[in-house]
Amino acid sequence: MTGGKVQAMAKSSAGRVAVLHVGLIALMFLLQFVLPQYHHTNLARIMVLACYAIGYNLLLGYTGLLSLGHAMFFAVGLYATGLGVAQFGLDPLSGFLAGPLAGCALAVIVGLVALRTSGVAFMIVTLMFSQTGFLLILYFGDFTRGDEGFVVAEGLRRLAIGGMTIDLAAPAVRYNLALALFGACLFVSWAVLRSSIGRVFVAIRENEERTRLLGYDTWRYKLLALALSGTMSGAAGGAYALLFAYVGATFASIQYSIYPLLWVLLGGAGTTLGPFLGTLLMFYLIDIASGLLPGYLIVVGAVLILLTLWFPKGIVGSLRARWLTWLP
Amino acid sequence: MAAVDFLGTRSLSRSFGGLIAVDGVDLSLRRGEIRAVIGPNGAGKTTLVGMICGRIRPSSGTILFAGEDITRLPPWHRVARGIVYTFQITSVFRNLSCFDNVALAVQRRLLRGAGLLGGVERSRLDKAVFAVLDRVGLSDRAFGRAGALAYGHQRLLELGMGLALEPTLLILDEPTQGLSEDEIVGFCAIVRALAKDMTVLLIEHNMDVVMELAERITVMNNGRILAEGSPEEITANAAVQEAYLGS
Repeated sequence: MTGGKVQAMAKSSAGRVAVLHVGLIALMFLLQFVLPQYHHTNLARIMVLACYAIGYNLLLGYTGLLSLGHAMFFAVGLYATGLGVAQFGLDPLSGFLAGPLAGCALAVIVGLVALRTSGVAFMIVTLMFSQTGFLLILYFGDFTRGDEGFVVAEGLRRLAIGGMTIDLAAPAVRYNLALALFGACLFVSWAVLRSSIGRVFVAIRENEERTRLLGYDTWRYKLLALALSGTMSGAAGGAYALLFAYVGATFASIQYSIYPLLWVLLGGAGTTLGPFLGTLLMFYLIDIASGLLPGYLIVVGAVLILLTLWFPKGIVGSLRARWLTWLP
Repeated sequence: MAAVDFLGTRSLSRSFGGLIAVDGVDLSLRRGEIRAVIGPNGAGKTTLVGMICGRIRPSSGTILFAGEDITRLPPWHRVARGIVYTFQITSVFRNLSCFDNVALAVQRRLLRGAGLLGGVERSRLDKAVFAVLDRVGLSDRAFGRAGALAYGHQRLLELGMGLALEPTLLILDEPTQGLSEDEIVGFCAIVRALAKDMTVLLIEHNMDVVMELAERITVMNNGRILAEGSPEEITANAAVQEAYLGS
């Protein structure tokens, strides 16, 4: 085989990948016309949470950094948008932009400290930062409404564009905005993976010292990965506040740091489609389990243990290893 | 003398706890030479080149490269200046394709000075990567997993990654270890061709390879330089024979 033929094969698999990703977005678009109301709402929520998972995957799956405190990035976006709209009179669009901006800023600040550590120490430091965030939300309860949280009033969730007013509370609007954000995050994660930056992220995951000796200042790339991840998590949080109207401290708790880890591991860390698939399956698993059992969190724990022991590559990761080697 | 040295170390030392691995080494290389560093296991060879490429921090002493003090520079800045190290134990990225392994090195060179967010045009990257893969004979395996390559091929890939950075000083740490006789012949031919464009610092146990490639040989023992000279001088040196050649 010559280099040219090899390159041509690589191109044809890139085509398949594009069809698969665009196909998924098209499928999600069409589903809104056939789904019953309950699943329609669920799917909108899943798509927003999948953005959070995609952000988490940028850090864990691509760069190999395991954070146990990602809830702080989701929550800072949630509160930046929620409080921005409900308390500071921002319109929904600028309110939404506050989400990813806050996520990015917090990620950079946390990264400057946390990235001096690695491995288990990095997990602990991110966990500590996140718990501090959670406790701060409770401490400033008068302002944040603490555990109880607050609802972003319907009247505040109207977006005026030109002469039109878009009501974010309308199910169809909510679904399609969630889909737009999901599509954007999916595209960004795919583009990053294909870029020279993504190649360095993966190299850091595989062997950081080797990457340094190839001439890369790996610390800066890790900070960039964390900033991207924080931005996406913050965007998911901001969208959640606007589309689902509820802002509360639960979203900053340890549980919401474990979820994205679980979603990404279930779907397949380091794959583009894994985070969405993991979020979808886990959402419905918890939905079904909570109808049957009072302590549904035990399902979360059991899945985590099963995955770690017997299924470390997750669904998409295993498919890729066995059959679909062209999957990104 | 010192001013014309391409690479010079001055009283370079490194200790690990109580063990002095490298002890006051003054090494100097001329531009364009092939220098071999030999010595028994534990003589401090890998530690010495580790300090030169920035993997290991010296306990004391200085390193000068092309007239500049690089003692405190982090490894990625040394790569940017042309110092490239290839590992003793093959450490290609096993889960990445050969293409991506080489692309990591190529894009580093193409992106020099472009900042963190710079990008490389795909066609330009492809061309440069395949040029390197052709040179080490791995083009037909470009999109296979590097970890699936035979050991000799992994060593070639490792060399390719080094070349892709277009070094001015290429450090090869026991490059022929584990290679077959045929592979060694091929490897020597590649290195000899390279030496036209760059200075090569070679750590090697295989004396046939050393005698064939090296213009000068530095012999280390117990962290110090025991002798230095042409291959003929080293073979004739009584102290070297006692310490190393074992006769």
